[in-house]
Amino acid sequence: MYQLALSRMREFYREPEAVFWVFGFPLVLAFALGLAFRNTGPGKLQVGVAGGPGDSALAATLDSSPRLDAAVLDTATARLRLRTGRIALLAVPGDPVVYRYDSTRTESGLARLEVDDVLQRSRGRKDLVAVRDDRVVAPGSRYIDFLIPGLLGMNLLGSGIWGVGFSVVQARQRKLLKRYMATPMRRSHYLLSFILSRLVFLIVEVVALVGLGWLLFGVAVRGSFATLAGITILGSFSFAGLGLLVASRAKTIEGVSGLMNLVMLPMWILSGTFFSYARFPDAMIPFVKALPLTALNDALRAVMIDGAAVATLGAPLAIVVAWGAVSFVIALKIFRWR
Amino acid sequence: MKRFGDVVAVAGLDLTVGAGECFGLLGPNGAGKTTTIEILEGLTVPDSGEVEILGTPWRDGAPGRALRERLGIQLQETQLADKLQVGEVLALFRSFYRQSHTVEEILALVDLEEKRKARVVTLSGGQKQRLAVACALVSKPELLFLDEPTTGLDPQSRRQLWEIIRRFRAAGGTVLLTTHYMEEAERLCDRVAIMDHGKIIALGTPKELIASLGADHVVDFALTEGGMSQDLVEVLQQMGGVTAVRTGSDGVSLTVVELHRALPALLALLQQRGVELSLLTTHHASLDDVFVALTGRQLRDT
Repeated sequence: MYQLALSRMREFYREPEAVFWVFGFPLVLAFALGLAFRNTGPGKLQVGVAGGPGDSALAATLDSSPRLDAAVLDTATARLRLRTGRIALLAVPGDPVVYRYDSTRTESGLARLEVDDVLQRSRGRKDLVAVRDDRVVAPGSRYIDFLIPGLLGMNLLGSGIWGVGFSVVQARQRKLLKRYMATPMRRSHYLLSFILSRLVFLIVEVVALVGLGWLLFGVAVRGSFATLAGITILGSFSFAGLGLLVASRAKTIEGVSGLMNLVMLPMWILSGTFFSYARFPDAMIPFVKALPLTALNDALRAVMIDGAAVATLGAPLAIVVAWGAVSFVIALKIFRWR
Repeated sequence: MKRFGDVVAVAGLDLTVGAGECFGLLGPNGAGKTTTIEILEGLTVPDSGEVEILGTPWRDGAPGRALRERLGIQLQETQLADKLQVGEVLALFRSFYRQSHTVEEILALVDLEEKRKARVVTLSGGQKQRLAVACALVSKPELLFLDEPTTGLDPQSRRQLWEIIRRFRAAGGTVLLTTHYMEEAERLCDRVAIMDHGKIIALGTPKELIASLGADHVVDFALTEGGMSQDLVEVLQQMGGVTAVRTGSDGVSLTVVELHRALPALLALLQQRGVELSLLTTHHASLDDVFVALTGRQLRDT
């Protein structure tokens, strides 16, 4: 079985494309999404000042605010920028000063408040109530903190199902399975070798993704690493079992590809990888929660974001294990060996 | 007996292979050779009938595995993993058995020592086939099954494989092989069974089978346009030393006992009748001729 697992690994790492899709792609994805949704705090709001008498004085006043960036624009440019959202608000000097903005845009509403505040104060308005700001940064509340555990779950699913499914069907197509049947090899050893080799790749996958999240985006693991390791191992076993089930009958690569997509696509969408599954209608939630990827993602987030202990994760982990065990047993029963 | 749907692949086959023997199953493609050998290998379950290998029938579980420890099997269509090195493939196969040759030993047995680090995908057809046989030999089997081991190989690779099989036999091994090369069977096998349409149509040593033709030479000839007639065939049948006359689209085939008498007689006859030869060849009678005699078909056109 050790030799079987070893050849499985060799076949894998000698296939550069497979290595990229399993390891490289999730990292690239995490990096790109992390950049797009990085939390650098609200930047300066862009506002325009319409050309006219007193325009430069008004622009200078607004620009003096640390949260505003003001520029004098001619009418046509101002209109264009306002429409395309390049400026949040256009102030027209005069008496009264006119604020032109789209009240449905959050940014414009903020700009309206800020511009008005700066302008009123510059004319001598005094605050009537003393206030003090108490800023908090809640750890784990950023999108990237949500995303990394989800990507980890998705990656375990993908590499489990692709890694196992394709090599089983390929071996079947090449009559290699039949050849193995002609030796005293135990059938269960063959199937278990997949799970064993998955374990080795799992370490690489988890370290790479969690490491990247930590290095680039400061995504910390708040729970214990042992718990995280335990959960990823369970998840990986479970998905390897699912992969075996998917590949247990298929005779062609094309056939198994279709089945894999059928299994994985719904989970990618439903299981809260990129956005919370709480957005789905209430009636769907119990079904969504019963999916193995949902359960795994929940458990991973609980550990990485909330620092949960294993004991509190019984329910999702039970779902993960049940899927894996049931799939493995069915796969062993219905597996087409030739 | 084995059926696939309505097609009876193998029916009513009864044969015994003795220890230390090299037994060949011969026949054209589709004759049922592979089905027969896979039933014997325990990979296909027969619909009826009994099989005993090394004195035991096939059983599931531990007894089956114990029997497999003693067998070496090469299948017709297996493609080993491309990305693995030769040495790694052998290490994998040897891990399945309780006792086995070391990788070095087995590489030496099939003359692949210098290919140890080569990936399977880079091997030539002959080398791949030797590797497949090496995987079968790795467990030091008592009985070796080879399913068309030399099909599609060039003559040199074929001779290399024959040499490997000879060495295995010299060490006391028993071999059961299928082939559609009659020449291969004549060279390698102690006994052969000729199969056609799922049945054995002849069984014996290659010599016995050839002797059953009643003659040791075959003369093939063809005549120029219009030279052939029914009358000529009858005369040929009466000719001394001729045991059989067969006419086909491309000429006439005579089975003859004494070539040195029959050939001059044939030439004299043709000259007397004023017909001209367009082709004339002779060869020692072979198993090919036995197959033709039994089925009326050429082995290679089927």
